[in-house]
Amino acid sequence: MPPLSILIWLPAACGLLGALLPAGRARVATPATAPGGEVRRPLGLPGLLSLVGALAALGLAIAYLADYKAGGGAQHVTNIWWIRALGIHYKLAVTGLNVVLVGMATLLFAAATLASNVRAAGPPERARLFYFQLMLAESAVLGAFLSQDLILFVAFFDLMLIPFYFLIGGWGRDPEGSTKVRATTKLVIYTLVGSLLMLAGAIAAGVLSAQQNGGHIDFAFSALQHMPLGTGSQEWIFLLFAAAFLVKMPAFPLHGWMPDGYRAMPVEVLMVFSGVLSKVGAYGFLAIVLPLFPQAAVHFQTLMLVIGLISIIYGSMQAFSQTDARLIAGYSSIAQLGFITLGIFALNPQGAQGALLQMVNHGLVVAPLLFIVALLAQRAGGSEDIREMGGIAFRAPVLASVFLIVALATLAIPGSSNFVGEFLILLGVFKAKQAIAIIAFAGVVMASVYALRLFIRAMHNRVGSGVASRELTLSDGLVLVPIVAVILFFALYPQLALHRSETSVKGAIEQAQVLTKPTHLTARVTDLDQQFNVAGGGTSDSGQASESVGAERIETE
Amino acid sequence: MTSLLATAHLKGPHVDFGGLSPLIALLGGATIVLLFGLLGSRWVRAQLVPALSLGALGAALGLTIWQWGSEKSIVSGALRIDPLSLTLSLVLITGAACTVLLAWRSLAAREAAHGEFHALLLTSTAGMLLLVAAQNTVMLFVGLELLSIPLYVLCATELKREHSLESGLKYLIVGSVGSATLLYGLAMIYGATGTTDFNGIASALANGGLASDGLTLTGVALCVAGLCFKASVAPFHQWTPDVYEGAPTPITAFMAVTTKVAALGAFLRFFEVALIDVQGSWGPALAALATITILVGNFGALGQSSLKRMLAYSSVAQAGYMLAGIVVATKLGVQATVLYLIVYLMMNMGAFAVIVARERDTGLGDSVSALAGLGREKPWLAWPMTLSMLGLAGIPATAGLIGKFYLIEAAIDGGYAWLGVVIVIGSMISLGYYLPVIAAMWMREAPVTKPLPHAGGGLPVMAGGSPELDAGQVAEPGLQPEVAFVAVLAGAATLVFGIVPQPLFQLVRHTGSALGLF
Repeated sequence: MPPLSILIWLPAACGLLGALLPAGRARVATPATAPGGEVRRPLGLPGLLSLVGALAALGLAIAYLADYKAGGGAQHVTNIWWIRALGIHYKLAVTGLNVVLVGMATLLFAAATLASNVRAAGPPERARLFYFQLMLAESAVLGAFLSQDLILFVAFFDLMLIPFYFLIGGWGRDPEGSTKVRATTKLVIYTLVGSLLMLAGAIAAGVLSAQQNGGHIDFAFSALQHMPLGTGSQEWIFLLFAAAFLVKMPAFPLHGWMPDGYRAMPVEVLMVFSGVLSKVGAYGFLAIVLPLFPQAAVHFQTLMLVIGLISIIYGSMQAFSQTDARLIAGYSSIAQLGFITLGIFALNPQGAQGALLQMVNHGLVVAPLLFIVALLAQRAGGSEDIREMGGIAFRAPVLASVFLIVALATLAIPGSSNFVGEFLILLGVFKAKQAIAIIAFAGVVMASVYALRLFIRAMHNRVGSGVASRELTLSDGLVLVPIVAVILFFALYPQLALHRSETSVKGAIEQAQVLTKPTHLTARVTDLDQQFNVAGGGTSDSGQASESVGAERIETE
Repeated sequence: MTSLLATAHLKGPHVDFGGLSPLIALLGGATIVLLFGLLGSRWVRAQLVPALSLGALGAALGLTIWQWGSEKSIVSGALRIDPLSLTLSLVLITGAACTVLLAWRSLAAREAAHGEFHALLLTSTAGMLLLVAAQNTVMLFVGLELLSIPLYVLCATELKREHSLESGLKYLIVGSVGSATLLYGLAMIYGATGTTDFNGIASALANGGLASDGLTLTGVALCVAGLCFKASVAPFHQWTPDVYEGAPTPITAFMAVTTKVAALGAFLRFFEVALIDVQGSWGPALAALATITILVGNFGALGQSSLKRMLAYSSVAQAGYMLAGIVVATKLGVQATVLYLIVYLMMNMGAFAVIVARERDTGLGDSVSALAGLGREKPWLAWPMTLSMLGLAGIPATAGLIGKFYLIEAAIDGGYAWLGVVIVIGSMISLGYYLPVIAAMWMREAPVTKPLPHAGGGLPVMAGGSPELDAGQVAEPGLQPEVAFVAVLAGAATLVFGIVPQPLFQLVRHTGSALGLF
């Protein structure tokens, strides 16, 4: 397998190459007319180059996914010094936590690149800069998923924002005249406040853990795990990290940037933003916060669970009262990420595995959903208001079926992979805090309300006044069908993600899990674990091993 | 300087000409430049004089590198040649060289006569070199004045512009107050300890139990205030925005970068060698000043429409960040401060070069709107500006993040974790004014009609105003390769050292140990 650096930097290299190409003479000839009657910009080399880069990255990611040996920890490790004087590594690895997410991210970026190339009006204006930014974003996202060094992660995490700032500010939609500027400013301030706090937290984690343990400063995850921080330091550093991740997800009190941001983004950008970037936050909790700050995670468990719960309720209620189809998708994301938060902070393997699966599922579902919303808007005279849609299914059965699959997956219908994910999450939460799990069940019900409402209002009912029903075009189908195929594949075989992630997930939450359990309950929980493992067909060895390690630790304490 | 040399020679001690050579090159260069400026030919004045001045700086740079690695005290212990002073000298000379390039075709140099302009610039640089190497209080003051007096004049070199004259006058008055305060403080410290030598002061403070002595502490407080005037640390920063805005832009760049380097260099050596034993008194005070500075600078910069004013407030904030490295008084702190100063040079020079270019192109002055549409029109200027702004804000893949990272690490390591958080909060606020600049370049359309530049030679200028016209078809209002060179170089350095910061760490590695800190 080629080194991971190639996977990370290939998209950015393609984007850069496209940006450096001399600007072709503006070809005025043969203005192919798009269905809407607008003049279509011709396909350009930058867009095609980026598509090649994104597809190559997708291919590599699939290869890593196939090659990943379930049960192993970090594989395909790249480890060199980045800044030796500061103990910062350039350390990348595929782990059970990121391997499926990387696959999902590359798939969505490839879809978004394709979508922008084939959009009705042709590739975007100033295509060289657009594709450079989009590809830089892909590189930054992949870097954040794959990095195994705290500072490298923070650097990639912050770097993600810059291309999105340009993409929204330069190519954003501006329905109300002031949305775009307000949206970019809000988005940047919210996310950068979070991520800069995280930078301070990360530096503090490295410096203090070296001071408290008397070692050299080293920011690699593995080194930090060997030098645990004192509880007091963990707690304030945890809050700094939580702020960054909760903003990115977004979770309830920190979602203020979301409505404007979602409305202002071009749809291709929104697909990856909603599908992938929100997962980086959730991934950060699982891969960084739980292993490095376990005591703090236990200390703040209830707080985080409540945040997750409120996000579910608030997001769902907003989603079924909004009429802007994009915002329905946006608020449903808040609810879905609430579930993911719940799963992570259940602090047991079921919840965490469910959360990881749900991260992949949500990415796979929300991106086509947003793309379909854009298609519907094209057919409804440009409006994304569901009151002006309706009746499209009569003339566009294929579009309607694709939409139905996506909508049913969104509401986690039994048989879908989303169902498995939510089930595992609720199982995990039920074991941790029963009351919260019971309230969270309401969220599952509400999901079906908003998903079906969106589908019915757009597809059935009377044909909207400005609606021109058109079937899915071939090029739009090219964007949608692969993602839908992956959704169906995961519905049949969610073990693809579950098997690969099992060992890593257990390793990530092990310490926190140990701390949550009073000693006399350990035996009972182990018993439950065994039941689960038998039911899920997973390997129970590692689970038991971690339990016994846990029991020992508590005894020694 | 020369008289000092002469007395040294009369008494017959060993004079280390090697150690003094960069200074000799600069002051010799200043003399030559002044003489050539008297020649009649316009070409000599407008082209040869800046070239000679660049040559003098190049020679000084070479001689500094020649001295690399030596650690010695020269001129009877008045000056110290060590990694700290040599590294800072490199930064100062590079900054001055960039200024010469930016000022090559400037109105200021033409109006004030090229010879005088460049001679003043070189003398001021020599003063800075003295200041960062000064090892006794007399030399500290001499260096400071040699730095300041030419600058007062340079600020006022756009003789026909009222703002420039106002700027010079303001700087003169405020700067003199600062100098006087510092002098008073130095005198008190001399009164308390009976010596002007930094090491002598340190041992007097350590052995004489003077750490809580009223005279010492008053002296220290006055020295802090005096140096804070020069480094524009709040609340002694009020002059900064007005002076920066009024001065000719190349001189603003010079002040923003090199004066800050010199003042903070003096801070480092004076406080962490001479006054290290009273660190308990000045440490918390400087930490408080740093906090105030970061907040005042960042909030002040919000909503400024003049780029130079914005960068003035931003430089106040940056001074606050760098104070954090001084507060902790550790080896790591010194290294972090020096590293940030290097990064600061790159980022600011990039930004000011673009401002200079746009001022000449658009005639809109230094308003943010002069940058509108620059991304489409002149990407080779827009990118350096973008990188500078991102770097100043501390975004990854720019050297700014590396610098800020090192400072935060030094703060946390030195037990000032909260100051690290303040730096971060400051960076957040700073995005509120750096990002609009980027937005103006990439997300706004260029103004369609542009007023004539003041020195356009009567030709109507339409620099890429309308999208129908290619850049090639429009006459450039004076191609400025040297300004673009500075911008591109600074932008490239910001990016490259953000990704491969190892050379910077190599460069500053020994600066901390030079002061004998842990």
